[in-house]
Amino acid sequence: MRNDPAVKLIDSKGLRVDGRRLDELRPIKMEVGILDKANGSAYIEHGKNKILAAVYGPREAHPKHIALADRAVVRCRYHMAPFSVDERKSPAPSRRELELSKVIRESLEPAIMSEYFPRATIDIFIEVLQADAGTRCAGITAASLALADAGIPMRELVAACAAGKIEGKVILDLSDIEDKKGEADLPVALLPKSNVISLIQMDGSLSDEEFRQALDLSTDACRKIYEMQREALKLKYHIVRDGTEDKEEMAEVKA
Amino acid sequence: MHAERKQLVAPGELLAEGPYFAGENTYREGGKIFASRIGMADVIGNKLIVVPIKGAYIPRIDDLVLGRVTDIGMSGWQVDICAPYPAMLPMSETPMRRDRESGRRDLGSIHGVGDLVLAQVIAFDRTRDPLLTTKGRGLGKITSGRVARISPAKIPRIIGKQGSMITMLKKETGTDIIAGQNGVILATGKNPDQERIAAEAIYMIEHEAHTTGLTDRVKAMIQERMKGKTIA
Repeated sequence: MRNDPAVKLIDSKGLRVDGRRLDELRPIKMEVGILDKANGSAYIEHGKNKILAAVYGPREAHPKHIALADRAVVRCRYHMAPFSVDERKSPAPSRRELELSKVIRESLEPAIMSEYFPRATIDIFIEVLQADAGTRCAGITAASLALADAGIPMRELVAACAAGKIEGKVILDLSDIEDKKGEADLPVALLPKSNVISLIQMDGSLSDEEFRQALDLSTDACRKIYEMQREALKLKYHIVRDGTEDKEEMAEVKA
Repeated sequence: MHAERKQLVAPGELLAEGPYFAGENTYREGGKIFASRIGMADVIGNKLIVVPIKGAYIPRIDDLVLGRVTDIGMSGWQVDICAPYPAMLPMSETPMRRDRESGRRDLGSIHGVGDLVLAQVIAFDRTRDPLLTTKGRGLGKITSGRVARISPAKIPRIIGKQGSMITMLKKETGTDIIAGQNGVILATGKNPDQERIAAEAIYMIEHEAHTTGLTDRVKAMIQERMKGKTIA
């Protein structure tokens, strides 16, 4: 399977299956505050990935015994919809989803100032509607937007992106086929301001040199995604402003 | 200064370097001040703050809140005040005198589960649940009116500068409006139409909170809606 000669992941021009360069991200679209009932929410389209993130809280901790005396408990549920992949996925949480819930939570926790809300909980829900490799990274990106949208105090936003290796070349942001046929996958979550990596995992194998290259590629991409996050967050509140502020009033303000 | 006044900032955004104090919703790291919440940056003297546009209600002492009774205990009530912490209203903090023979059973006849109460926060420090009191003028059970729930961050906008917005709302709709700091607002009028219009105006303010000239627009909307309505 690994070196299936029938599939060429990189063509003669050095382009990938979907026409991207080796260090090119998939198109990303983000939208903040799209759910009415959640305290904060965000939707992300990262290539073919479509992911919804919702944040509830800070709210009362239930059951009571999970509450911590000095900070809020952060809980996270990563879940894939049964229709998110080619073959129907059982809606019950799988081993993989449980693990991802944990690593996503741990990648967001350093950014959340949970000490502001002792004895409370902050609940994060990540629902994958359509999956195409890199859902944990896109999920982290969306969840951190949803947290900010909920008005939860944060040190900064968390951005995430994967790098990997296909046909001997280090590439950025693997798609589904590249993830399956490729040689390595390296998801990274970054706190861009403080330059802290809050998630790093690896599948497959990379040489020392390749690893450094992949890490640089993914952290650079995280910084780009971070800029997109900031824009998405501000856009939500600016649209409302532009929609209602009429020109006369603007003139009044300026005068 | 890196951010301008009234500029929209996201968590982690650099606000200033140098001789400033880090105020509400900001934090200091390595001599620089960053925003910790989404909101509008502002400067008061040399203190930097971020005025939040969203977020949960965190009780403060002396806040006026509207809450709903969720449980009756041995010596008081548990009240949901839309905060991350449930509030307690002890029997001793109500103006009622306790009948020595009948204890617990009587609590239910003062405030039942589901009742709306207007109360004031008398103690809260995050390590323990907030304590409420209904001793005071106008405090206690709410028996009539219409409730509107908005984000607690928008309450200052409902009140307006020196109460300009809320005074206008009361005058134009002919209702009495009580704005709880926890985002629950009560409008009490002589007929349901007035209350409905008041609630509509409140939701309009919440939706357009960060726009200028809002008072006049809300006023125009209310006057439009009030046309043809009989005001007793």
